[in-house]
Amino acid sequence: MTYEVQVEVHLRAGVADPQGSTIERAMPTLGFDGVSGVRVGKSIRFRLDAADEAAALAEVEELCARFLTNPVIEDSVITLHETAGAS
Amino acid sequence: MPATVGVVVFPGSNCEHDVVEAIEGLGGSGRLLWHGEATVGDVDAIVVPGGFAHGDYLRPGAIARFSPVMEAVVAHAAAGGPVVGICNGFQVLTEAGMLPGALQKNAGLKFVCEPAALRVESTESVLTTEATVGQVLQVPINHFEGNYTCSAETLAALRADERIVLTYVDNPNGSVGDIAAICNEGRNVVGLMPHPERAYHPLLGSGDGAVLLRSLLVAAGVPA
Repeated sequence: MTYEVQVEVHLRAGVADPQGSTIERAMPTLGFDGVSGVRVGKSIRFRLDAADEAAALAEVEELCARFLTNPVIEDSVITLHETAGAS
Repeated sequence: MPATVGVVVFPGSNCEHDVVEAIEGLGGSGRLLWHGEATVGDVDAIVVPGGFAHGDYLRPGAIARFSPVMEAVVAHAAAGGPVVGICNGFQVLTEAGMLPGALQKNAGLKFVCEPAALRVESTESVLTTEATVGQVLQVPINHFEGNYTCSAETLAALRADERIVLTYVDNPNGSVGDIAAICNEGRNVVGLMPHPERAYHPLLGSGDGAVLLRSLLVAAGVPA
Protein backbone atom coordinates (compact mmCIF):
# COMPACT_ATOMS: atom_id res chain seq x y z
CA MET A 1 0.00 0.00 0.00
CA THR A 2 1.09 3.57 -0.61
CA TYR A 3 0.15 6.28 1.85
CA GLU A 4 0.11 10.04 1.54
CA VAL A 5 1.67 11.37 4.72
CA GLN A 6 1.62 14.83 6.20
CA VAL A 7 3.68 15.64 9.28
CA GLU A 8 3.01 18.96 10.94
CA VAL A 9 5.88 20.02 13.19
CA HIS A 10 5.40 22.70 15.81
CA LEU A 11 7.12 23.90 18.96
CA ARG A 12 5.92 22.17 22.11
CA ALA A 13 3.46 23.95 24.36
CA GLY A 14 5.47 26.08 26.77
CA VAL A 15 8.38 26.63 24.37
CA ALA A 16 8.51 30.28 23.37
CA ASP A 17 7.69 30.79 19.68
CA PRO A 18 9.22 34.15 18.70
CA GLN A 19 7.97 33.87 15.10
CA GLY A 20 4.42 33.30 16.32
CA SER A 21 4.51 36.18 18.78
CA THR A 22 6.04 38.55 16.20
CA ILE A 23 3.29 37.72 13.69
CA GLU A 24 0.67 38.10 16.40
CA ARG A 25 1.96 41.55 17.33
CA ALA A 26 1.89 42.64 13.68
CA MET A 27 -1.74 41.72 13.13
CA PRO A 28 -3.43 44.65 14.89
CA THR A 29 -1.38 47.09 12.83
CA LEU A 30 -2.99 45.55 9.73
CA GLY A 31 -6.43 45.87 11.25
CA PHE A 32 -6.83 42.24 12.30
CA ASP A 33 -7.89 42.40 15.93
CA GLY A 34 -8.79 39.55 18.22
CA VAL A 35 -6.12 37.10 17.03
CA SER A 36 -4.28 35.25 19.77
CA GLY A 37 -2.22 32.12 20.28
CA VAL A 38 -0.30 32.31 16.98
CA ARG A 39 2.12 29.40 16.58
CA VAL A 40 4.35 28.83 13.54
CA GLY A 41 5.30 25.33 12.41
CA LYS A 42 6.26 23.49 9.27
CA SER A 43 4.56 20.91 7.15
CA ILE A 44 6.40 17.95 5.64
CA ARG A 45 4.64 15.78 3.04
CA PHE A 46 5.73 12.54 1.46
CA ARG A 47 4.54 9.17 0.15
CA LEU A 48 5.31 5.97 2.00
CA ASP A 49 4.99 2.32 1.02
CA ALA A 50 3.92 0.11 3.93
CA ALA A 51 2.04 -3.14 4.52
CA ASP A 52 -0.94 -1.46 6.18
CA GLU A 53 -1.96 1.71 7.97
CA ALA A 54 -0.69 0.60 11.37
CA ALA A 55 2.74 -0.19 9.92
CA ALA A 56 2.80 3.14 8.09
CA LEU A 57 1.91 5.05 11.25
CA ALA A 58 4.55 3.21 13.29
CA GLU A 59 7.22 4.04 10.72
CA VAL A 60 6.26 7.73 10.53
CA GLU A 61 6.21 7.98 14.33
CA GLU A 62 9.75 6.60 14.47
CA LEU A 63 10.83 8.93 11.66
CA CYS A 64 9.45 11.87 13.65
CA ALA A 65 11.15 10.81 16.87
CA ARG A 66 14.54 10.23 15.25
CA PHE A 67 14.74 12.84 12.52
CA LEU A 68 11.83 15.09 11.59
CA THR A 69 11.42 16.64 15.04
CA ASN A 70 13.71 17.52 17.90
CA PRO A 71 11.72 16.07 20.82
CA VAL A 72 13.36 18.53 23.24
CA ILE A 73 11.46 21.44 21.70
CA GLU A 74 9.10 20.09 19.03
CA ASP A 75 5.93 17.99 18.70
CA SER A 76 4.35 16.57 15.58
CA VAL A 77 0.90 15.72 14.31
CA ILE A 78 0.76 12.93 11.74
CA THR A 79 -2.04 12.50 9.22
CA LEU A 80 -1.95 9.78 6.60
CA HIS A 81 -4.31 8.18 4.13
CA GLU A 82 -4.08 5.57 1.44
CA THR A 83 -3.28 6.97 -1.98
CA ALA A 84 -6.46 7.02 -4.03
CA GLY A 85 -6.28 4.77 -7.09
CA ALA A 86 -2.71 3.70 -6.46
CA SER A 87 -1.63 0.45 -8.03
CA MET B 1 55.07 16.14 17.74
CA PRO B 2 52.23 18.61 18.38
CA ALA B 3 48.79 17.39 19.27
CA THR B 4 46.56 17.00 16.23
CA VAL B 5 43.09 18.50 16.31
CA GLY B 6 40.70 17.20 13.68
CA VAL B 7 38.23 19.79 12.40
CA VAL B 8 35.09 18.33 10.84
CA VAL B 9 33.97 19.82 7.52
CA PHE B 10 30.34 19.43 6.44
CA PRO B 11 28.94 20.95 3.25
CA GLY B 12 28.13 24.44 4.56
CA SER B 13 30.69 24.60 7.37
CA ASN B 14 32.46 27.96 7.22
CA CYS B 15 34.68 28.31 10.30
CA GLU B 16 36.92 25.28 9.78
CA HIS B 17 39.90 27.24 8.42
CA ASP B 18 39.65 29.79 11.24
CA VAL B 19 39.76 26.95 13.77
CA VAL B 20 42.78 25.34 12.08
CA GLU B 21 44.53 28.74 11.98
CA ALA B 22 43.89 29.31 15.69
CA ILE B 23 44.96 25.77 16.67
CA GLU B 24 48.20 26.12 14.71
CA GLY B 25 48.77 29.63 16.05
CA LEU B 26 48.59 28.18 19.54
CA GLY B 27 51.08 25.39 18.87
CA GLY B 28 48.84 22.52 17.79
CA SER B 29 48.39 20.86 14.45
CA GLY B 30 45.07 21.10 12.61
CA ARG B 31 43.64 18.58 10.18
CA LEU B 32 40.41 18.94 8.21
CA LEU B 33 38.11 15.90 8.37
CA TRP B 34 35.59 15.53 5.53
CA HIS B 35 32.15 14.57 6.83
CA GLY B 36 31.74 11.77 4.28
CA GLU B 37 34.67 9.80 5.70
CA ALA B 38 33.65 7.30 8.37
CA THR B 39 36.91 7.75 10.28
CA VAL B 40 38.72 10.53 12.12
CA GLY B 41 42.11 8.84 11.91
CA ASP B 42 44.59 9.32 14.76
CA VAL B 43 43.57 12.81 15.86
CA ASP B 44 43.94 13.70 19.55
CA ALA B 45 40.90 15.99 19.70
CA ILE B 46 38.02 16.97 17.46
CA VAL B 47 36.34 20.32 16.81
CA VAL B 48 32.97 20.53 15.09
CA PRO B 49 33.14 24.10 13.75
CA GLY B 50 30.60 26.78 12.98
CA GLY B 51 28.68 27.36 9.79
CA PHE B 52 25.53 25.96 8.25
CA ALA B 53 26.10 22.20 7.97
CA HIS B 54 23.90 20.80 5.20
CA GLY B 55 22.35 24.24 4.87
CA ASP B 56 20.75 23.90 8.33
CA TYR B 57 17.88 22.27 6.41
CA LEU B 58 15.10 20.87 8.60
CA ARG B 59 16.88 22.13 11.75
CA PRO B 60 20.49 23.15 12.46
CA GLY B 61 22.46 19.93 12.93
CA ALA B 62 19.52 17.64 12.09
CA ILE B 63 21.09 16.22 8.93
CA ALA B 64 24.74 16.62 9.93
CA ARG B 65 24.29 14.14 12.77
CA PHE B 66 23.74 11.40 10.17
CA SER B 67 26.96 12.17 8.26
CA PRO B 68 29.34 9.16 8.21
CA VAL B 69 32.00 11.00 10.22
CA MET B 70 29.67 11.40 13.20
CA GLU B 71 29.86 7.74 14.23
CA ALA B 72 33.64 8.15 14.49
CA VAL B 73 33.19 11.39 16.46
CA VAL B 74 30.82 9.59 18.88
CA ALA B 75 33.33 6.73 19.24
CA HIS B 76 36.19 9.19 19.88
CA ALA B 77 34.13 10.85 22.64
CA ALA B 78 33.06 7.50 24.10
CA ALA B 79 36.74 6.59 24.43
CA GLY B 80 37.27 9.79 26.44
CA GLY B 81 38.69 11.86 23.58
CA PRO B 82 38.08 15.63 23.66
CA VAL B 83 35.31 16.91 21.37
CA VAL B 84 34.29 20.58 21.15
CA GLY B 85 31.34 21.89 19.14
CA ILE B 86 31.45 25.60 18.34
CA CYS B 87 28.24 27.43 17.34
CA ASN B 88 26.72 25.24 14.57
CA GLY B 89 28.94 22.49 15.97
CA PHE B 90 27.17 22.84 19.35
CA GLN B 91 23.87 22.44 17.51
CA VAL B 92 25.21 19.31 15.80
CA LEU B 93 26.32 17.79 19.13
CA THR B 94 22.90 18.37 20.75
CA GLU B 95 21.12 16.88 17.72
CA ALA B 96 23.46 13.88 17.90
CA GLY B 97 22.54 13.37 21.54
CA MET B 98 26.13 13.95 22.68
CA LEU B 99 24.99 16.92 24.77
CA PRO B 100 21.55 17.48 26.36
CA GLY B 101 19.04 20.17 25.42
CA ALA B 102 18.55 22.09 22.20
CA LEU B 103 19.32 25.46 20.62
CA GLN B 104 16.31 27.38 19.40
CA LYS B 105 15.82 30.73 17.69
CA ASN B 106 17.09 33.69 19.70
CA ALA B 107 14.61 35.51 21.87
CA GLY B 108 13.09 38.35 19.87
CA LEU B 109 14.22 36.69 16.60
CA LYS B 110 17.39 38.75 16.83
CA PHE B 111 20.47 37.66 14.93
CA VAL B 112 23.40 38.52 17.18
CA CYS B 113 26.90 39.28 15.93
CA GLU B 114 28.94 41.05 18.59
CA PRO B 115 31.58 40.55 21.26
CA ALA B 116 30.13 38.81 24.32
CA ALA B 117 31.42 38.75 27.88
CA LEU B 118 31.56 35.17 29.15
CA ARG B 119 32.03 34.05 32.72
CA VAL B 120 33.95 30.85 33.39
CA GLU B 121 31.72 28.70 35.62
CA SER B 122 33.72 25.48 35.71
CA THR B 123 37.32 24.63 34.94
CA GLU B 124 36.54 20.92 34.90
CA SER B 125 36.03 20.54 31.17
CA VAL B 126 38.38 20.03 28.24
CA LEU B 127 37.75 23.64 27.22
CA THR B 128 38.46 25.40 30.51
CA THR B 129 41.22 23.64 32.48
CA GLU B 130 43.61 26.54 31.87
CA ALA B 131 41.06 29.20 32.87
CA THR B 132 39.95 30.20 36.36
CA VAL B 133 36.44 30.20 37.76
CA GLY B 134 34.96 33.68 37.66
CA GLN B 135 37.29 34.84 34.90
CA VAL B 136 35.48 36.99 32.31
CA LEU B 137 36.42 36.45 28.66
CA GLN B 138 35.53 38.62 25.64
CA VAL B 139 34.65 36.26 22.79
CA PRO B 140 32.51 37.00 19.70
CA ILE B 141 29.11 35.42 19.14
CA ASN B 142 27.49 35.14 15.71
CA HIS B 143 24.23 33.21 15.60
CA PHE B 144 20.48 33.17 15.10
CA GLU B 145 19.72 29.90 16.86
CA GLY B 146 21.79 30.05 20.04
CA ASN B 147 19.01 30.20 22.59
CA TYR B 148 19.85 27.20 24.75
CA THR B 149 16.89 25.37 26.21
CA CYS B 150 16.35 22.12 28.09
CA SER B 151 13.90 20.53 30.49
CA ALA B 152 13.80 21.68 34.12
CA GLU B 153 15.22 18.28 35.15
CA THR B 154 18.12 18.60 32.72
CA LEU B 155 18.88 22.12 33.92
CA ALA B 156 18.85 20.94 37.54
CA ALA B 157 21.23 18.10 36.63
CA LEU B 158 23.56 20.45 34.73
CA ARG B 159 23.70 22.73 37.77
CA ALA B 160 24.11 19.93 40.31
CA ASP B 161 27.00 18.40 38.35
CA GLU B 162 28.55 21.80 37.56
CA ARG B 163 28.34 21.04 33.85
CA ILE B 164 27.53 24.63 32.90
CA VAL B 165 30.98 25.66 31.66
CA LEU B 166 30.46 29.27 30.50
CA THR B 167 27.63 31.74 31.03
CA TYR B 168 26.86 35.10 29.41
CA VAL B 169 27.39 38.11 31.65
CA ASP B 170 24.64 39.89 29.69
CA ASN B 171 22.34 37.28 28.12
CA PRO B 172 22.12 38.11 24.37
CA ASN B 173 19.78 35.37 23.13
CA GLY B 174 17.41 34.22 25.85
CA SER B 175 19.35 31.09 26.83
CA VAL B 176 18.02 29.44 29.97
CA GLY B 177 20.34 30.08 32.92
CA ASP B 178 22.43 32.45 30.73
CA ILE B 179 24.11 29.29 29.39
CA ALA B 180 26.83 29.80 26.76
CA ALA B 181 28.56 26.42 27.10
CA ILE B 182 27.90 23.03 28.69
CA CYS B 183 29.75 19.74 28.90
CA ASN B 184 28.75 16.08 29.03
CA GLU B 185 28.99 13.86 32.12
CA GLY B 186 32.51 12.80 31.16
CA ARG B 187 33.48 16.51 30.80
CA ASN B 188 35.31 15.66 27.55
CA VAL B 189 32.55 16.89 25.23
CA VAL B 190 31.82 20.63 25.30
CA GLY B 191 29.43 22.72 23.22
CA LEU B 192 29.54 26.51 23.10
CA MET B 193 27.90 29.18 20.97
CA PRO B 194 30.75 31.77 21.12
CA HIS B 195 33.70 31.53 18.70
CA PRO B 196 37.02 31.24 20.59
CA GLU B 197 38.88 30.86 17.27
CA ARG B 198 37.87 34.43 16.41
CA ALA B 199 39.54 35.69 19.58
CA TYR B 200 42.71 33.66 19.85
CA HIS B 201 45.08 36.61 19.32
CA PRO B 202 44.90 40.27 20.45
CA LEU B 203 45.20 41.34 16.80
CA LEU B 204 41.65 40.02 16.33
CA GLY B 205 40.32 42.46 18.93
CA SER B 206 40.53 39.98 21.79
CA GLY B 207 42.90 37.20 22.71
CA ASP B 208 40.58 35.85 25.40
CA GLY B 209 39.55 32.80 23.39
CA ALA B 210 43.13 31.50 23.48
CA VAL B 211 42.80 30.16 27.03
CA LEU B 212 39.89 28.00 25.87
CA LEU B 213 41.65 26.57 22.82
CA ARG B 214 44.86 26.15 24.82
CA SER B 215 42.87 24.09 27.33
CA LEU B 216 41.71 21.92 24.44
CA LEU B 217 45.31 21.49 23.27
CA VAL B 218 46.34 20.48 26.80
CA ALA B 219 43.52 17.91 26.81
CA ALA B 220 44.86 16.74 23.44
CA GLY B 221 48.31 16.16 24.88
CA VAL B 222 50.25 19.43 24.49
CA PRO B 223 52.18 20.18 27.73
CA ALA B 224 50.41 22.88 29.77
